[in-house]
Amino acid sequence: MTPFDYHAPKTLRSAMRLVQAFGDDAKVLAGGHSLIPSMKLRLAAPSVVIDLSGVAGLKRVTAGNETISIGALATHYAVESHRLLPSKCSLLPETAAEIGDAQVRNRGTVGGSIAHADPAADWPATMLALDAQFDIAGPDGERAVAASDFFVDLFITDLQPGEILTQIRIAVPAECSGGAYVKMRQSASGFALAGVAAQVTLDDAGNCASVAVGVTGVAPAAYRAHAVEDALVGQGIDAVADAAAHATDGVEEFQEDHHASGDYRAHLARVFTQRALSQAIDRAA
Amino acid sequence: MKIEVTVNGEHQSYDVEPRMLLVHFLRDVVGLTGTHVGCETSLCGACSVMLNGDAVKSCTVLAVQANGAEITTIEGLAQNGELHPIQEGFWECHGLQCGFCTPGMIIAAHQLLERNPKPSEADIRRGIEGNLCRCTGYQHIVDAVQYASKKMTT
Repeated sequence: MTPFDYHAPKTLRSAMRLVQAFGDDAKVLAGGHSLIPSMKLRLAAPSVVIDLSGVAGLKRVTAGNETISIGALATHYAVESHRLLPSKCSLLPETAAEIGDAQVRNRGTVGGSIAHADPAADWPATMLALDAQFDIAGPDGERAVAASDFFVDLFITDLQPGEILTQIRIAVPAECSGGAYVKMRQSASGFALAGVAAQVTLDDAGNCASVAVGVTGVAPAAYRAHAVEDALVGQGIDAVADAAAHATDGVEEFQEDHHASGDYRAHLARVFTQRALSQAIDRAA
Repeated sequence: MKIEVTVNGEHQSYDVEPRMLLVHFLRDVVGLTGTHVGCETSLCGACSVMLNGDAVKSCTVLAVQANGAEITTIEGLAQNGELHPIQEGFWECHGLQCGFCTPGMIIAAHQLLERNPKPSEADIRRGIEGNLCRCTGYQHIVDAVQYASKKMTT
């Protein structure tokens, strides 16, 4: 690692001041499970590191009747082990439990993962499927961005210089809803070769009133599989296989490396879309 | 930068460079070499320690991030010269061969048993999935954790 200055602000206001003062020279540190590995490899070499872990209030996870709020600094384990989330929105703890390993989940944060936007990270798929809203603090005050507008490209998000992601908000799914996250793990790192999050709500007849599918690991950025959703709305579980065949419609560029070819990832996306939707519908029924 | 930490119950203060990793701090500055440096890429788990009650991979934590924290390393588990039940389990069940992964395995098992005192075999395998044993002696490690679970809950 190249040397850097370390700041540990206690309030969001002082964190904002530091982020704005140091600009591109600074990196924001949350759990550090993406940034520190990048710094060891010198893929990142910030001259200033701003550690948000001491900022009060950013770690809280609350599950109200209508809204679930996840502070950006909440760990994956905090979501995995939250008492109320399994009944309010099981997709969240299910996704958290699929990340890395116990030690990584103890330390890595939801907001850090989202802001880093690794193309193989798990949270982006789930945040897309849950229509999450991201609260962002910036020099001109707060703004909220929908997950579907946030993940732009490989490691590129809608976060602008001088901004900090502070909170994730998710509407508690309606009655008769179910979600599922399934993935193929890269066996060493646990990252998703392909991961699919599905959230469905059924109508009285047992057909899909709403469907949302998020796919990660496959394209440079996680995406909503709108073609799958359109094919399944108004249909029942029998239509899942045909709908899932559209899981990579519109994807122009596939992730490809020595772990998995683009063709294989596309295949996995279709297979896991089918599995995630089948499980989600099962759970909603 | 000056940091204050409590390591295995002992309050200490040091001056460290911000880029120093917690594992190097524990080994080279504090002098506790029971925590091992394995892969240094947060995959192998050999460097696991307890940080404020959470098992973490200390190769992926900066020493400065531990400012004000309580740290327990493998050296802090035995009390009054008596092995911790998990250590005893590894001894009794031959849970180690070369021993390199053992400190991290024991810390991971410690976390698991705190959260789930009576884990199933599958729970144990999942609990230690962040720790690699290159001797591949996993079966005996699982036996050791089961031994400890039994001893600690009866």
